[in-house]
Amino acid sequence: MSYELLTLIWFGLLGVLLCGYAILDGFDLGVGILHPFIAKDDHERRLVMNSIGPLWDGNEVWLVTFGGALFAAFPVAYATVFSSFYTAFFLLLTCLIGRAVSLEFRSKVKSSTWRRLWDWAFFLSSFTAALLLGIAGGNVMAGMELGPKYRYEGSLLSQVYWYPLLVGGLTVSLFALHGAIYLYLKTEDELQTRVRRVITPLFFVFAGLYLVVTLATWWHVPHATENLSAHPWLWIVPVLNALAVLNIPRAMHWGRPGYAFFSSSMVILALATLFSVEIFPNFMLSTIDPAYSVTLQNARSSRNTLQTMLIIAGIGIPCVLSYTVIIYWIFRGKVKLDPHSY
Amino acid sequence: MDVEILSRLQFAGTIMFHYLFPPLSIGLGLQLFLCELAYFRTKDLAWEAAARFWTRVFAVNFAMGVATGIVMEFEFGTNWAAYSRFVGDVFGSALAAEGIFAFFLESGFLAVLVFGWDRVGPKMHLLSTLMVFLGSVFSAVWIVVANSWQQTPSGYHIVWHDVQGEMMPRAEVTDFWAMVFNPSSVDRLTHTLIGAFVLGAFFVASVCSFYLLKNRHLEISKRCLSIALPTALLFTLLAAATGHDSAQKLAETQPAKLAAMEGHFHTTDEPTGLNLFGWPDAENETVHFGVQLPYLLSFMVYNDPTRPVPGMDQIPEDQRPPVWLPFQTFHLMVGLGTLMILVAMYACWTWYRGTFDQRRWLLWTIVAMPVVAMTANQAGWITAEVGRQPWIVYPSVQEGVEMMGLRTADGLSESVTAEQVLSSIILFGIIYSMLFAVWIFVLNHKIQHGPESPEELAEYKRKLQTDSMSEAFGHHGTSRGGGMMEDGT
Repeated sequence: MSYELLTLIWFGLLGVLLCGYAILDGFDLGVGILHPFIAKDDHERRLVMNSIGPLWDGNEVWLVTFGGALFAAFPVAYATVFSSFYTAFFLLLTCLIGRAVSLEFRSKVKSSTWRRLWDWAFFLSSFTAALLLGIAGGNVMAGMELGPKYRYEGSLLSQVYWYPLLVGGLTVSLFALHGAIYLYLKTEDELQTRVRRVITPLFFVFAGLYLVVTLATWWHVPHATENLSAHPWLWIVPVLNALAVLNIPRAMHWGRPGYAFFSSSMVILALATLFSVEIFPNFMLSTIDPAYSVTLQNARSSRNTLQTMLIIAGIGIPCVLSYTVIIYWIFRGKVKLDPHSY
Repeated sequence: MDVEILSRLQFAGTIMFHYLFPPLSIGLGLQLFLCELAYFRTKDLAWEAAARFWTRVFAVNFAMGVATGIVMEFEFGTNWAAYSRFVGDVFGSALAAEGIFAFFLESGFLAVLVFGWDRVGPKMHLLSTLMVFLGSVFSAVWIVVANSWQQTPSGYHIVWHDVQGEMMPRAEVTDFWAMVFNPSSVDRLTHTLIGAFVLGAFFVASVCSFYLLKNRHLEISKRCLSIALPTALLFTLLAAATGHDSAQKLAETQPAKLAAMEGHFHTTDEPTGLNLFGWPDAENETVHFGVQLPYLLSFMVYNDPTRPVPGMDQIPEDQRPPVWLPFQTFHLMVGLGTLMILVAMYACWTWYRGTFDQRRWLLWTIVAMPVVAMTANQAGWITAEVGRQPWIVYPSVQEGVEMMGLRTADGLSESVTAEQVLSSIILFGIIYSMLFAVWIFVLNHKIQHGPESPEELAEYKRKLQTDSMSEAFGHHGTSRGGGMMEDGT
């Protein structure tokens, strides 16, 4: 296999890992964002948390594996992206730790203060994690102040401005919507009715932000559509994206929440694909001088390593998919509490 | 302070905190699997009650391992960008393999292990426990392989790349299996895993001895001890054997580290003695208050009491590791290892004689052993990592060609400032202290609560059956599944 093809395949596989993470951990984060507002009493809060109880850990592994695969396939991108987002990334790690421990420890002690505290920790860390992921995505799309020899010259402050914040808002609303549809599938009775009532407003918030971010991207990131113009067949992605967005309220209206969840997953898939198409062939575009950018070409590993890694992925991915399916099958259906629940 | 020392402190702090959990997950995973296997073969509910109890303890510990492990996966990129570019082609593959082969396996089957007791059959559950255990072992395999490659690199060459007009070196894999089976990976991996098994065995023995002292859960405790004590003895002995192999290998591959561990400064023509303890002083190249056994180091390293061992003076001055810390942590590890062997031997002997539970001082000693085992694990890693300095990747010779190494000081992220690292150290210092307190609190809570008795478990299973039958006939189950067991545990 040629080096160029291997490079493209690995860019594609990273896209798959990113989509897998965003779709799976997306509903986890969304459940966390809705958690304190949707559940009225301790029993309901436990139901909400346990709806993702057996699954969140496996979902986060997609992010960890994304990190490992980026390190292996494009080490220069791994090194440059994570050191440039130093502070933002440590905040994200703080949030991921916060989520893990609030899920794990909240219901271990029978004290309402203890539980309230972890409920808010769960919300805050889920919300901030979603926001930070969006902010990072927005910065990568717009390009960053990357100087010569991959030396980043900006700071956290230059990363937080209106455009990435808008993308962050879009991510939060999308994950909240995705999480709400997931919760609708997993709950029953009164709690489910309450979940149903927030789906429509969440949809409008998301759809509004979706339009705003699209316009903002046209205006602020002029190079965003270059790849689309060069390869017009790629327009199928934004078209499918728009259809999937519109399908969410339609499916909910016809009482087919499973189909709505599939649609919101497709929205995430399409947005992550658009993101990859938009940044290609860069991992990080330098706003100082395009020659300083981190690209597929200068970031990749040797041909030999990409090939070995492809074999590893070829053995690993079918295993991963098979246990993911087994686990989701075992824990299908409405969430119920038992002595093993959180 | 400069970025280098702060980044090293941060890495040391986060990795040592993380390393409280994985060895316990690996070791406890083995004990849990053995308990469940015993249940599977005997169908004795006492074993099942034990397995259910250890699962709850395991879950708390595992979550901490995951939470603190995510940080490690990204810290190479955030703090060690130059290092990541230099080694990504090699080190990244091992890390990615860990993600694909180990993390998905563990996290997937963990769901069945923790939440699946009443959802899947005993065979599927036992399989899940085994998979979680194997996943944690695979994870150790890949990460120790990656670390061993830094210590004794092989299967690679250095390629120079043009980066915006400047030529930059990079390590690239030439032979994947030679990279995986580099000269130290097998020795270091077995020693690491055995260290984890020792910790797991002593952890179970500790909790059960505590119950014996408090006269609680006697039946279950005695059963678990009948597994934990012999495994503790077996693995403490194996730890000594594999440690000895590792040290012999060190004389070939990293003589500077060995010299630091032994506080051995001057090479002579005489046989080399072994410092039992002392206070090494690198500046004056001597060991104060040292008590030395003659011939012993030569014998330990070469199986030949007369062959001299090269000292630190053979190493160029700018390539010498610190001496004091590796010396002390190495001696601490060996001392604690010896203590653990003696305790395990005595405990097994009294167990065999049937007098184990009458010796309260022995029970209290065993209660404290997990701290000893944990300290030995940490001390061993400090020795290995501080002894590797000043290199982050050791220089090596591949097929007669000398390969450059990478110094720790040259591995840093260029764009990260000391203030940034200091603030992340403070942030994580606070978070980790809180986590540690919560972990101890919840662990203590679990242990105080203890396992269900076999009778309670039988009652619970009967109720579960009636509930599912009444549901099948269209009645809502009256129980929300709480009742017998405390909710959320």
